Amino acid sequence: MLLGLPVNRAFEHMNFLGIIGRVTLQFLAAAGRLGLFTAHAIIGIFSPPFYFRDLGKQMLAIGYYSLPVVGLTALFTGAALALNIYVGGSRFNAESVLPTIVVIGMVRELGPVLAGLIVAGRVSAAMAAELGTMRVTEQIDALVTLSTDPFKYLVTPRIVATTIMMPFLVIVADTIGVFGGFVIATDKLGFNPGIYVEKTVEFLEKIDVIASLTKAAVFGFILSLMGCYHGYNSKGGAQGVGVATTNAVVSACILILLSDYFITEMFFSS
Amino acid sequence: MTETPVIRIRDLHKQFGSKVVLNGVDLDVKAGESMVIIGGSGTGKSVLLKCILGILVPERGSIEIDGENIIGMNRQDRKEILKKFGMLFQGAALFDSLPVWENVTFGLLAQKKVKRSEAKSVAIETLRRVGLEADVAGLNPSELSGGMQKRVGLARAIANKPEIIFFDEPTTGLDPIMADVINDLIVECVKEVGATALSITHDMASVRKIADRVAMLYKGKIIWSGPCDEIDQSDNEFVDQFINGRAEGPIHMELLKA
Repeated sequence: MLLGLPVNRAFEHMNFLGIIGRVTLQFLAAAGRLGLFTAHAIIGIFSPPFYFRDLGKQMLAIGYYSLPVVGLTALFTGAALALNIYVGGSRFNAESVLPTIVVIGMVRELGPVLAGLIVAGRVSAAMAAELGTMRVTEQIDALVTLSTDPFKYLVTPRIVATTIMMPFLVIVADTIGVFGGFVIATDKLGFNPGIYVEKTVEFLEKIDVIASLTKAAVFGFILSLMGCYHGYNSKGGAQGVGVATTNAVVSACILILLSDYFITEMFFSS
Repeated sequence: MTETPVIRIRDLHKQFGSKVVLNGVDLDVKAGESMVIIGGSGTGKSVLLKCILGILVPERGSIEIDGENIIGMNRQDRKEILKKFGMLFQGAALFDSLPVWENVTFGLLAQKKVKRSEAKSVAIETLRRVGLEADVAGLNPSELSGGMQKRVGLARAIANKPEIIFFDEPTTGLDPIMADVINDLIVECVKEVGATALSITHDMASVRKIADRVAMLYKGKIIWSGPCDEIDQSDNEFVDQFINGRAEGPIHMELLKA
C-alpha cells in the first residue's frame, strides 16, 4: 500500500499528478518568457537606437499592402450584415433599424475583429516565417556580430508599425463595411440614401469610434507580438519555422478574440 | 614577461539539458595568429564560438578578450567588445531583405562609421578585395552562387577592419577549387587587416592553408594544440585518426561504445 492505495493505483495517481505538474510548469515558463519578451518590446519602443527607415518599410508592408484584403472583407461583411438584418428585422416590422445596426455592428465589433483576424493571418504569419528563417539561417546571430541588437532592429519596428497602422486599417474597414451595407440597402432593399446616411450619422457615437480604435491598436500590438515572439524563438529547420508560423497565427487569433471581449466589457458593460 | 592572449578561455562549460557540450575548455589565441579548431561534427566547435560572441551563455568558466572577462558583462560593454569582431558564418548568413552593398556595410552603418550616401562605394571597394565586381553590389543575396555568398560574407566580416575574425566552416559546401579560393582570400584578408583569426573547420586542406596553430576539440575539451606544421607528428591517436580521416581508431570505437 502507498498513499492508502494499492501500489499500482498509487503510481497511476502520481503519474497523473506528475503530468499536471509538468504541464503547469511548462505553461508558467512559457508565460514568463512571453512576459519578458513583451516587457523587452515595450522598453525597446522608448529607448534608442530608433530604426526609422525600417519602421517606414514595415508601416508600408503592414498598412498599405493589407488594404485590399481588409477592404474586400469589410465590403462583403457589411453587405451581408445588411441583408441579414433586413431579413431578421422584417419579422418584427423593424427593417428601419438596419442602418443603425450596420454602423454599430461594423464600428464596434466587426470592423476591428475582422481586420484583426485578417491581418493576423497575413502579418503574424509573415513575421513568424521571416524571423524564424532568420533565426535558423543564423542571420540573427550575424546581427549580434555586427554590433546590432537584433531585438531592437527586428522586433521593435514591427510592433510599433503594426500598432500604429491597425487603427488606420480599421477606420478603412469600418467605412467600407458601412458603405457595403449602404449599397445593398439603397440598391436592393429600397432604402432612401439620404435617410440611411442621416440615421447612420445620428446613431454613431464618439465612444463607438474610440472603442473601435482602441481595439485596433490592442489587436495590432497582440498580433505583431505573437508573430515576432514565435518567429524570434523558433528552433530547428523548416519544420520549426512552420510550427512557429502556425503558433503565431493561432495564438494571435485567440488573444484577439479574448481581448475583444474584455475591451467591449470595459467600454460598454454599463 | 609573457604577452596577454587576445582570447583566453579557461575551464569553459556549456550544456544543453543533460547533454554536456563543452566540458572545461582551455584555449589561448595570441595576437595576429590564425588559430584553427578542428573536431568532428557535434563536438561543440560552433557552441564555443557562440559563447565567445555572447550568443550563448556558458554555465562556468571565463572568456577574456584582451584581458577583460566578458562573461556577465553588461549589454553596453559587450556591444563595445563586439566592435572588435568580424565573422564569416557557415552559410554566409547574408540578410536576404537587403542588397549586397547594404550587407557588406551593415556594421559600418550601424556604428555610423560611414554615411549612407558613401556606403555603396565603400562596399564596392571591399567587394573588390574579395574578387567580386562592382555590379554584384546591387544584387540580392538570393541571386548569388554559394561561393559568391561566402565572398560577400567575407567582405562583410572584414569591412569594419576588425581586430578578431571568426570563420565558421568557411569552405563547407564549396567545390575544391572555390574552397581553395576562399582559403587564399582568408589568408590574404587576415594579413591585410592584421587581425587575429579563429576558425573552426573539419576540412584539413583548409586547416593546412589558413592555420598558424591548431587545436582539437573532442568530448568538450581541447585534447591537443600546437603549431600547424607539427600536426602530423602530434603523437595523439585522436588527432592522427581525424587528420587522416580514418574510420578505424579511438573516435570510432567511442562512438560504437555509445
